[in-house]
Amino acid sequence: MIHKTRNDKIFDTLNTVILSLILIVVLYPLVFVLSASISNPLLVIRGEVLLFPKDMTLQAYARVFRDGEVLGGFMNTLLYASTGTLINLAMTTMGAYPLSRPNLQGRKVIMLVILMTMFFNGGLIPTYMVVKSIGIINTYWAMVLPGAISVFHLIVMRTFFENIPQELHEAAVIDGSSQIRTLWSVVLPLSLPIMAVMTLFYGVFHWNSFFNGLIYLSDQSKYPLQLIMRDILINSQMQDMMNLADESAVQQQLMGESIKYALIVVTSLPVLALYPLLQRYFVQGVMIGAIKG
Amino acid sequence: MKAVINSPNNRIQLNRKNNFMYYLKKDFLLYLLLLLPLAYLAIFRYAPIYGVLMAFQDYNLFQGIGGSEWVGLDVFKFIFEQNSFYRALKNTLVLNLLDLAIGFPAPIILAILLNEIWHARFKKVAQSILYLPHFLSWVIIGGMVYLLFSTGGLANSLLAGLGLSKIEFLSRKENWIVMYVLVGVWQSVGWGTIIYLAALVGINKELYEAADIDGASRLRKIWHITLPGIRPTIMILLILQIGRMVSIGFDRPYVLGNSLVSEYSDVISTYVYRIGIGAGDFSQATAVGLFQSVVGLVFLVAANYISKKIVGQGIW
Repeated sequence: MIHKTRNDKIFDTLNTVILSLILIVVLYPLVFVLSASISNPLLVIRGEVLLFPKDMTLQAYARVFRDGEVLGGFMNTLLYASTGTLINLAMTTMGAYPLSRPNLQGRKVIMLVILMTMFFNGGLIPTYMVVKSIGIINTYWAMVLPGAISVFHLIVMRTFFENIPQELHEAAVIDGSSQIRTLWSVVLPLSLPIMAVMTLFYGVFHWNSFFNGLIYLSDQSKYPLQLIMRDILINSQMQDMMNLADESAVQQQLMGESIKYALIVVTSLPVLALYPLLQRYFVQGVMIGAIKG
Repeated sequence: MKAVINSPNNRIQLNRKNNFMYYLKKDFLLYLLLLLPLAYLAIFRYAPIYGVLMAFQDYNLFQGIGGSEWVGLDVFKFIFEQNSFYRALKNTLVLNLLDLAIGFPAPIILAILLNEIWHARFKKVAQSILYLPHFLSWVIIGGMVYLLFSTGGLANSLLAGLGLSKIEFLSRKENWIVMYVLVGVWQSVGWGTIIYLAALVGINKELYEAADIDGASRLRKIWHITLPGIRPTIMILLILQIGRMVSIGFDRPYVLGNSLVSEYSDVISTYVYRIGIGAGDFSQATAVGLFQSVVGLVFLVAANYISKKIVGQGIW
């Protein structure tokens, strides 16, 4: 045990201070948005709400939850994220498991075929053309099929499967288990950590995705929440700044700002709620990917 | 009995002649599982590569790739004459270079700071907080940035409260670039530390003990042990990032950009989206995409080559 020198103590204090400052910078905007969403909008715009909410009101939330468009987007995203993630998990497992078996013939060739897609792709328009030509444009499928497998995640999952002891497979074979049965009752129960990570990554991807909706959907009733958020948060922005003509417009603008804060909270909450539950797994998941990738 | 026959040594002797059929039969279920994923790759990853031919055609929606007129490199010639293309290319390079200069070292520094924290609980809480922004969508982050930094936003009312004049964070081009880079750091710095922290765990503890005996200060240990210890990781991530120099995500510039700064915020991804999906010129958009892929590959190979020459390490 080596005792700390005076310099060490100075270093540790300084380090803690710097890190604390960084943490404040990262966390503050999030806390502020939460506080602003439940404060009197007038006080927010005057800059009087800095950390804690003032003159609390849930008016903005009431409006958000009454808005048909936002609710519709919320439901759409819920649908896209849940079925999309299920498809992702099934497809990624179906690709990763056979390729994790050391004796599978042609495994190297198939891996190469898969890896190639990481370095070269057709690009935006050719992919759009394919989605269009198979007739799923402006349908629900356009939101879940084009990204059904992330090659990166497939490789991560395959690495995880490879690390499951070979003896377990042999034991299953001796017991007369088919390969699919082995996957289902031996491999998958041991793969909960990787499944949790994949659920988080794929799920967050679907929840946050708006580019696919932007290019593949034209029907507004199918829009995911993020696209509706874009219309409200980003596209109204410049107008809002210029529409300061009269009193009632100011009132509207106040409420508008408040609604934006509330929307940000409502949209990020599901992801942030999922995060602590799965957090202990995902560092592990990223590391598996980092070692191989 | 089955297990004996299936053991690798026997299998090869028994079935030397009929290998292919044998394996197909033995691993039939595994190949069956692979069917859907391979079909997915064929349709959504390989079929679009065929569509790249559009870049060499005067593509006509009604005649398709089969019926459209071939024009050789005319589409590329046309694009290389457009000022808007050079603007998008320049902006992409400038924003990526700034990300490389500021966004790349940031997680390295942060990981080292975290690594020097001895208080396990504080370290854990800090990591949880730092990873958070990674999970927010760019639409949300963009919305927050506009709420906080627009002319009537929090930042400017704070400045006003201090008696300072307003700053146009998002509508003046130079300021916008700074915001673009800083918001990117805010979003990704925590997540970026994960890989470095994993590499830091792998450094031999005896090196630090030896340095302690020699009376080395903390900063010297960081410089002479920690940094060299994670150099391989740094180099790999550096090569990959240089390989991405001409490609840029769509969401961040699209969401943060606005009409007042489009001279700086219009990048290749938003340009392709605008001419392809917006204006419907598929040939041009495909050609720009192809240009980006090819140049990206050249950058990757070059960065790998240079890294191998200078530090003796590459990604292949």
